[in-house]
Amino acid sequence: MAALAAFLVTFPFTLPYVGGAIDTADRILDWGLFGLGFDLLFGFTGLLSFGQAAFYGVGGFVTAWLLVANVTANAIPALVGGTLAAAIVGAVVGLLALRRAGIYFAMLTLAFGEMFYFLDLSPLATYTGGENGLSNVPAPRLDFGLFAITASSQMALYWLLAALFFAGFWIALRITRSPFGAVLRAIRDNDERAAALGHDVPKYKLVVFTIAAAYGGLAGGLLGLLQGFMPPDAFYLATSGQLVVQTVIGGSATLVGPLVGAGVWLYLYTLLENVAGIGALGTLILGLVFVALVTLFRGGLVGAGVVVWRRLAALPASPEEAVAERELPPTAMAAHTTPQGEIVLEVSGIAKNFGGLVAVDNISFSLREGEVRAVIGPNGAGKSTFFGMLAKLIPPSSGRIVFAGEDITRVNATEVCQRGIAKTFQINQLFSNLTVHENLMISALAREQGKFRAAMFRDVSRETGAARRVLDVADAVRLAGRLDAPASSLAYGEKRRLEIGLALATEPRVLLLDEPTAGMSPAERTETVQLLRRIAQGMTIVIVEHDMDVVFGLAQRITVLFNGRVIAEGAPETIQADAGVRAAYLGNPVPDEQPA
Amino acid sequence: MSWPLLIAQVFNGLTLGALLVIVAMGLTIIYGALGVVNFAHGAFYVLGAYAGYIAYSETNSFVLAMAAGAVFVLLSGVVIERGLIRFYYDRPKEDQILVTFGAGIVLVEAIRAIFGGLAQHLPTPSWGEGAVHLGITYYPTYRIEVLGIVAVALLLFYVVLYRTRLGLIVRAGIEDPLIVDMLGINVRRTFLTVFGVGAAAAGLAGVVNAPIVTVTPDMGADVLVQSFVVIVIGGVGSFWGAVAGGLICGEILALTSMVAPSYSQVMLFAAMALVLVLRPQGLFGVTGRQ
Repeated sequence: MAALAAFLVTFPFTLPYVGGAIDTADRILDWGLFGLGFDLLFGFTGLLSFGQAAFYGVGGFVTAWLLVANVTANAIPALVGGTLAAAIVGAVVGLLALRRAGIYFAMLTLAFGEMFYFLDLSPLATYTGGENGLSNVPAPRLDFGLFAITASSQMALYWLLAALFFAGFWIALRITRSPFGAVLRAIRDNDERAAALGHDVPKYKLVVFTIAAAYGGLAGGLLGLLQGFMPPDAFYLATSGQLVVQTVIGGSATLVGPLVGAGVWLYLYTLLENVAGIGALGTLILGLVFVALVTLFRGGLVGAGVVVWRRLAALPASPEEAVAERELPPTAMAAHTTPQGEIVLEVSGIAKNFGGLVAVDNISFSLREGEVRAVIGPNGAGKSTFFGMLAKLIPPSSGRIVFAGEDITRVNATEVCQRGIAKTFQINQLFSNLTVHENLMISALAREQGKFRAAMFRDVSRETGAARRVLDVADAVRLAGRLDAPASSLAYGEKRRLEIGLALATEPRVLLLDEPTAGMSPAERTETVQLLRRIAQGMTIVIVEHDMDVVFGLAQRITVLFNGRVIAEGAPETIQADAGVRAAYLGNPVPDEQPA
Repeated sequence: MSWPLLIAQVFNGLTLGALLVIVAMGLTIIYGALGVVNFAHGAFYVLGAYAGYIAYSETNSFVLAMAAGAVFVLLSGVVIERGLIRFYYDRPKEDQILVTFGAGIVLVEAIRAIFGGLAQHLPTPSWGEGAVHLGITYYPTYRIEVLGIVAVALLLFYVVLYRTRLGLIVRAGIEDPLIVDMLGINVRRTFLTVFGVGAAAAGLAGVVNAPIVTVTPDMGADVLVQSFVVIVIGGVGSFWGAVAGGLICGEILALTSMVAPSYSQVMLFAAMALVLVLRPQGLFGVTGRQ
């Protein structure tokens, strides 16, 4: 922040030396402010919007109109009005555009952005001046009640923009360091996992979208004041596009990237203006630079700068302290006694059809508190489908699921996780760009703050409850020595442990494990069984597994599925001796079953 | 509001819609097969128009101009796919969007640098001059012929998609690219063809539409947005979705411009918003690819 302050103070004096005018500095700051919100949306949450110009324009025209139509002579409420209007419009557009994800979102924002352009041009032309825009926007008079300042000179306008950019940057920085920001990053990495861990992902996305719209609105309002004129091209697709290009060139997820990108863009234009013949090629050159950066160096200029800086300063990659794993007492074999707890999960008659294929055919299942239940069966038995229904990934075609007395048949995965059922995935669903600590924090935060909390101004490192939980879970899954390692750099076994850790950190009552030892070496498998035995004490677990050693080493009761039905259920010794189970695995059809 | 005017506008809607159908068809097969949303699609449209313009200036044959437009853009599409897009198949979707967006900018700016920003004019071909009597009113011959050209192009598309091996692979790839890959079919090679053909569709539309509008480097921006609206309404990856969506959008534009001209574009987006709320996957949406 200090560096930023220093930069902002010296910028208007240094820029003229390299051929820029104060006006250029103003514009760079305006684009930088616009980009702060966009970087939160795109860089930190991964939502690529091509329609930010809509909010820039709405904010700009509302602010300008309030002043030109003499509703107020004070620039402060005008700017606030513009920002608010943009935020409201942002929330509405967000509600519609966020219904689809990824590429659809990009297309939808593009379309909505264009819609506002056309709205501005014709139907609302009486207010917006149509193609001519709104002229005679007065120099900003900032009336603070006790005193007023009018920023009429270039330098005064610069200081106004610099002050607002500084404030906007501070707010955005706080947001990125907050629990809210941590969840945004998780959404960017793996939004389905974030939802499965109990975060209300659509709400987080809507809030950040609205914030980005607000920043756009403020920047738009300032543009009108800066120019004394509010142009319709604030709504152009090219404006949205320019924002995207600048952010990527500067470097997304850096907050200063858009400012740097704007500097490059505007500076290049200033340079080329004076060179005969190439003057008109500014956009072409920038386009080529953009494509080159996206292809070769996605981190943009700031990203590249950080890499160079690290090399020069010979900083090692984050050093991992050798934290000795705590010695944990050896565990005894799981006691094969009938669990005495009450029934915590009751599944009655659930079934799943995929068109004509009956994957699961009327299964009923009761789980007692504290029980470790294994679900086994040959391939095609319906285990994955059954597990998917328990985990709320697949809606059942019929039947009921009751958890702790409440019917959760139609409740979604996010809510179910908040109520206490956590799951691990067969294919690791980690937040690969986040460290182990950050990964576990996402789960712990979901437990701490519920589905959604607008905790944008506190620092995530101050969440002591969650932090303690993270350390406890890291110990439990033997990853305490790897807390600062990015998840993508972990060995496969470590990733599997982190996968279990993510589920554990939500403090579940029931833990659903989907083939936890899939892909592991025999040594890793034994370790995992030890880990699961430790965790199993005091936890209710359902584990779908293929490896019989793992199953018999862990389970107190086993349910065997075949052709979508339960063919046996009981203690491990009983199952081992059951002829029907053997027949199912070895292929002889059980007498009363149709051949598969 | 008179009958002749209404009939004329309905036909305008059909003409406009037909062109949107072709452009959207290209966009939807590229997305359906490759999973790439081609933000450069508008640029291909412009490229086709300019290629056609040059060809016409040289040969004075509109038919050759159409062929030139389509072929040139097909080749450009292939070059771009091989040179740029194919490095992005394993990269996140957002990066794919960014690179096609950038490629679009570069193409349009290159055209602007070569031809300047002033409008060029591609005249109506000699066999398109005059007007046709539609019972109640006269209607420009060329626009009827556009319907015919588009119909032929769509028929070709249909035949290729539904009656050839290549088309089968493309349609299977739209439903489940992983399985197609695992069946040992070189999906990547089909990508090349699909991208080229998809681009060519936009290019052809550019040439065909050129006599009706002015040819400028910026003519593609509106088309890009409109083609997105078409596939959101019609459903991505769907042949009939592109057809239905395109015609619906064309008619919305034409008919609203009769009643409330300043709202005609806005109505398009309102329709899109409506579809999003009521049927997010689009009218003919295929649920294979998310």
